[in-house]
Amino acid sequence: MEILQSGEGQLLGFRDPDENRAWVQQNKSRALVDKRMSAAEAVSRFVRDGDFLAMGGFGHVRVSMALVYELIRQKRRGLRMAGKTAVHDSDVLIAAGCVDEIEVAYTFGHELRGLSPASRRAAQSGRLKVIAEISNAGYQWRFLAGMMGLPFIPTRNMLGTDTLKKSSAKVVRDPFTGKPVCLVPAAYPDVALIHVHRCDRFGNSQIDGILVEDFELSRCARRLIVTTEKLISEEDIRREPAQTVIPYFLVDAVVEVPFGAHPTLMPQLYYSDEQHIAEWLSMSRTDEGVRQYLERYVFGVPDFAAYLEAVGGQARLRQLGRIERYEEPSITPWAQRDGKGER
Amino acid sequence: MSERPEYTPTELLAVVASRMLSDNQSVFVGTGLPLIAGMLAQRTHAPGLLLFFEAGSIGPRVPELPISVGDSRTYHQAIALSSMHDAMSLAQAGYVDVGFLGAAQIDPFGNINTTVIGSHQHPTARLPGSGGANDVASFAAKTIVILRQSARSFVPKLDFLTTPGYLDGPGARERAGLPAGTGPYRVITQLATYGFDPHSRRMTAASLHPGVTPERIRENSGFTIPLGENLPVSPVPSAEEIRLLREVIDPKGVVLSK
Repeated sequence: MEILQSGEGQLLGFRDPDENRAWVQQNKSRALVDKRMSAAEAVSRFVRDGDFLAMGGFGHVRVSMALVYELIRQKRRGLRMAGKTAVHDSDVLIAAGCVDEIEVAYTFGHELRGLSPASRRAAQSGRLKVIAEISNAGYQWRFLAGMMGLPFIPTRNMLGTDTLKKSSAKVVRDPFTGKPVCLVPAAYPDVALIHVHRCDRFGNSQIDGILVEDFELSRCARRLIVTTEKLISEEDIRREPAQTVIPYFLVDAVVEVPFGAHPTLMPQLYYSDEQHIAEWLSMSRTDEGVRQYLERYVFGVPDFAAYLEAVGGQARLRQLGRIERYEEPSITPWAQRDGKGER
Repeated sequence: MSERPEYTPTELLAVVASRMLSDNQSVFVGTGLPLIAGMLAQRTHAPGLLLFFEAGSIGPRVPELPISVGDSRTYHQAIALSSMHDAMSLAQAGYVDVGFLGAAQIDPFGNINTTVIGSHQHPTARLPGSGGANDVASFAAKTIVILRQSARSFVPKLDFLTTPGYLDGPGARERAGLPAGTGPYRVITQLATYGFDPHSRRMTAASLHPGVTPERIRENSGFTIPLGENLPVSPVPSAEEIRLLREVIDPKGVVLSK
């Protein structure tokens, strides 16, 4: 195929599919093994410094924050991150000094809440290196290519733009139509962290609501830690197999963490904790504020249960449940105004 | 203190955007004003408007303003809760009529920057990046861009071309390999709506909002926009549209009081 253009972005997490197949055959057991463990053990066993990390969920939706805090607590360093609409997770990890490099589809923003003070500061000072740009669908299809065991997927986005120029994609002439087509390279994250509604002790997992990219991500990542709101039995899984999104042989560790997505939203269970996110957005305006935040909510608490107490305990968590069920209005404390409609 | 106007410039923007959407059209929407325009259209002239969200919700009736395009408010009474792969593939295959985007900077060909101000390597301001914008503008049959206009946002040359408009002119999208017949359709600002000349693919004025003079257009653009003769005046919001915006869609004024 004729190569018409090569993106100059760094190629992150690409592997020859044969190399990955060999790795999978050697390292991913098909045995039904009880994989339950603590967040601390899961992170210490399956996340190494320098890993290419991808988080499940989307923005402030169904993000495994329990593991994000554990990465910070265990002082993982030099992580390279998939910025695939990585918002709160990447902001906190970058601020905590865990991430050195990122490939950006959407990062540095909290959607309607505004931009991320801490991770923008890191990018603008050069402390964080943006090694490639891509689009959301582009990242999604990098995972799809990985999941399919292919070297790349042809796509029709990014063409003609600087996003492609700074990506790791290539443009070739499609041998069927003769038109230029973009090829996004497969991505094989070293580790993915995904929060789910329910799973059994082997890792068979169910997700309610949108899947975002987690079907593909769970299948292309080498190591996968699943955190779950609830443990269910293998019989429950086998009774409704159509509900299984992630089968056990993809999963390396199962961590039961109720409210493990806090302060992000867990569909049907609890809304995002906008008060807590506003506190982060306000404190993270300075490096000192970041230090205080991490001391209060990560280093100063032994585990996620203690963190939940620190953010307001059962009263707050019940309130988030009521907001998610439309029984109580949502709040937007980050949108403070002076009464004249001005920020 | 002046009296509260009948409608604010941002409310006008939302109403003008909403009226561009037709019933039984599919619209791929981003956070903020694009979503507000879709919610308003669904509640007025386009009850059958089919909303697509990149995170995977398809066809919801959004009850109140979501903070995120993945927020559970985007799942309400949806017809399907799917995945990004599904939503984006449907768009790439031709099922999306209108893509509705916001922007930080736009150029005369409708190209958009949401990545960096300054150089890519040493940006003076790092912005979020493409997100789904590049995808939506690549795939949707028509793209509508909504942004606040100033000489700083309407620029002759972007710092970074995140998302494709007509690239560098006629035929450029097709030459680059983008789906045939796609491209920017309208740009809506607080001052006017713009279209694109079919021959040059450059931005031209389509209508001026009530009370806006050609001078204000010139002052608030870094490039020349042909205004033509006898430009129409943009539609004025109805009382019902303003009521829906203030009481139902964004009662807290999260977006509309900006």
